[in-house]
Amino acid sequence: MKKILIAGILWSLFFSSFAEAKLNIVTTTPDFASVAKEIGGDRVEAASLAKGVQDPHFVDAKPSFIRLLNQADILIEGGADLEVGWLPPLLESARNGKIQTGNPGRIVVSRGIRLSGVPTGPIDRSQGDVHPLGNPHFMLDPENGKIIGEEVASTLCRLDAGSCEFYRKNQTVFNQRLDQKISDWLQRMAPYRGTRVITYHESWPYFAERFGLNVVGHVEPKPGIPPSPVHLESLIDLITREKVKVLIMEPYFGDQATKFLAQKTGIQVLVFYPSVAPEAGINNYFDIFERNITRLTETLKTADKK
Amino acid sequence: MRAMLIVLFIFLAAGSDFSAEAQQVSSMNPKISLDGLFAVGASTVPDIENIETGGHDPNQRGITVQNVELTMSAAVDPYFTGNANIVYQIDKQGESTVELEEAYLTSTSLPWNLQLKGGQFFNQFGRLNATHPHAWDFIDQPLVNGRFLGPDGLRGPGLQLSYLLPLPIYSEAIIAVQNGSGGTGFSFRNTPGEELFGRTVVDRPVKSLADMVIVPRLLGSVDLTDTQTVVLGGSGAFGANGSRTDTQTAIYGADLYYKWKPLTAESGWPFVGWQSEVIMRRYQAGSTAGPTPLQQETLRDRGGYTQVLWGFTRPWVTGVRLDYVAGSGGDPAADPLRERRFRVSPDITFYPSEFSKWRLQYNYDDIQSRDKPVHSVFLQWEFMVGEHGAHKF
Repeated sequence: MKKILIAGILWSLFFSSFAEAKLNIVTTTPDFASVAKEIGGDRVEAASLAKGVQDPHFVDAKPSFIRLLNQADILIEGGADLEVGWLPPLLESARNGKIQTGNPGRIVVSRGIRLSGVPTGPIDRSQGDVHPLGNPHFMLDPENGKIIGEEVASTLCRLDAGSCEFYRKNQTVFNQRLDQKISDWLQRMAPYRGTRVITYHESWPYFAERFGLNVVGHVEPKPGIPPSPVHLESLIDLITREKVKVLIMEPYFGDQATKFLAQKTGIQVLVFYPSVAPEAGINNYFDIFERNITRLTETLKTADKK
Repeated sequence: MRAMLIVLFIFLAAGSDFSAEAQQVSSMNPKISLDGLFAVGASTVPDIENIETGGHDPNQRGITVQNVELTMSAAVDPYFTGNANIVYQIDKQGESTVELEEAYLTSTSLPWNLQLKGGQFFNQFGRLNATHPHAWDFIDQPLVNGRFLGPDGLRGPGLQLSYLLPLPIYSEAIIAVQNGSGGTGFSFRNTPGEELFGRTVVDRPVKSLADMVIVPRLLGSVDLTDTQTVVLGGSGAFGANGSRTDTQTAIYGADLYYKWKPLTAESGWPFVGWQSEVIMRRYQAGSTAGPTPLQQETLRDRGGYTQVLWGFTRPWVTGVRLDYVAGSGGDPAADPLRERRFRVSPDITFYPSEFSKWRLQYNYDDIQSRDKPVHSVFLQWEFMVGEHGAHKF
């Protein structure tokens, strides 16, 4: 036993002496990692625990994540209960003071953002998985990308003051590029302002607000609760009555209910990626919007012709 | 929760930017949750309490209150978190009992990758021992846990130090020291006056560290792919036992867990989980006088369980568990706690949400001393209210 401990301590000394100077950023979802890379450039390493095609509410707290968190200089999480089902036990095991709550290495992005969907009346779990702190899918408004960027830049400046100028310059470039893209996306979406859509889960209010979509219903009757036949019947009525052309869902929801709705009403089902997912050709934060908006405008264009 | 709502309302009334502030204020309260776990069942034998070895297993024909657990957890200060689990049960005679199951602090930022835990806690022998009944995949405990680690698991007042090894893969070394007394020190100093293996447990106060239980554990984990993870562990538990004033117990265990879950799983479905533990115990038993004198001997017992859980479609999970236990040394066939036993338990669970479940389980139980195999069927249900911390992998 003693020998194992001594060997372990020697290992740790060996590794720490060769540790690189780069700041090691770990994020819960890959959209945060993408923004962190934009700001930190080659002076940081940024990696995400969850994959972009995963439901960020249901990630397994795998032991390999403990090791990643143990090595992190900075942890970026969404907060507002996005990761409540898996991040706390990982952090308890990570033994890394740098990223504990309240320390400079911990970024809880939702704290800097005005969240939508904050309950205004009494809530309990009979309403499904309601988020008492507001809707945590805020990164799907690209304007919030700038707030994430600012949080990253100011944290990097605090922890690596010598490179602050570099980070701030990257932040300016990132903001300029994002502004250009946003105006381009808004222009492309302009003909479709007010389009009525249905989303599977309540995860697209920020995107809808920014690009002028009107979300008139959800496939889930209550957040996190699978659709019942009665609810699907009411959706068929709604789609027909309101002439809803598009249904937006994430890749991690089953297609049984949406196929049924498409078959009954002819509604177009679009898989929107909520985060960076290289397997779907989404390599950075910009690509999330680029890809989803391209699909949406193409679909709406064809639907208009019909 | 209510306090949080009141806080929300105060901020609403004040018309301030309350989202961030409510977040801060609400987190001053500990997370509090209450979990209720009940079972109804029947068996071809009348004495279910003798064949179900776990303290939270169904204990009678009819309805059992398995476990009602009040859990609290919060950060204590920048250095520690605090956890407590208080368990309420109603026994076969209808008497209520309250038990301090766990209460401990855990360090969050000790240097050199160390972590300290202190208080009353389940020690981390194997995979199942440290988990609570509501997190189990079956209605009852595996036989090896009930027989070797004790009906209520191996736990007690103690201190634990663990070290995260700085290796490219996750690996952790844990060592705990616990009192090993009372019912939760079952194979160790146990409760003086109790009958165990034909001998009366003697009073054996702690004279040195050797009289306590030392529990080392080493575990590691690798992700085979993005969708497959394996966790391997080895544990030991060494200490004095209450058979005589100089007898010792040694328990060794090895465990394996494998999980597959696709990246695009919906609310956690589908998945496959495979968990196995093998445990061996060497118990030095002292000689006794009396009407049937027993000589000094070493009782060797071994066994294990292996279980597969398949979440085939949301919100259903089905599984099967195989249990085996046997012993040598002494006269295992004459002791209900040592005789050979083989059990097969298929089950199916329906989860209306993450906070409730309904589970049906059948046990086919081949017990050495009983003429015919025993058949039992149980239905279990659970509810959880409040804020309960997420579970470990």
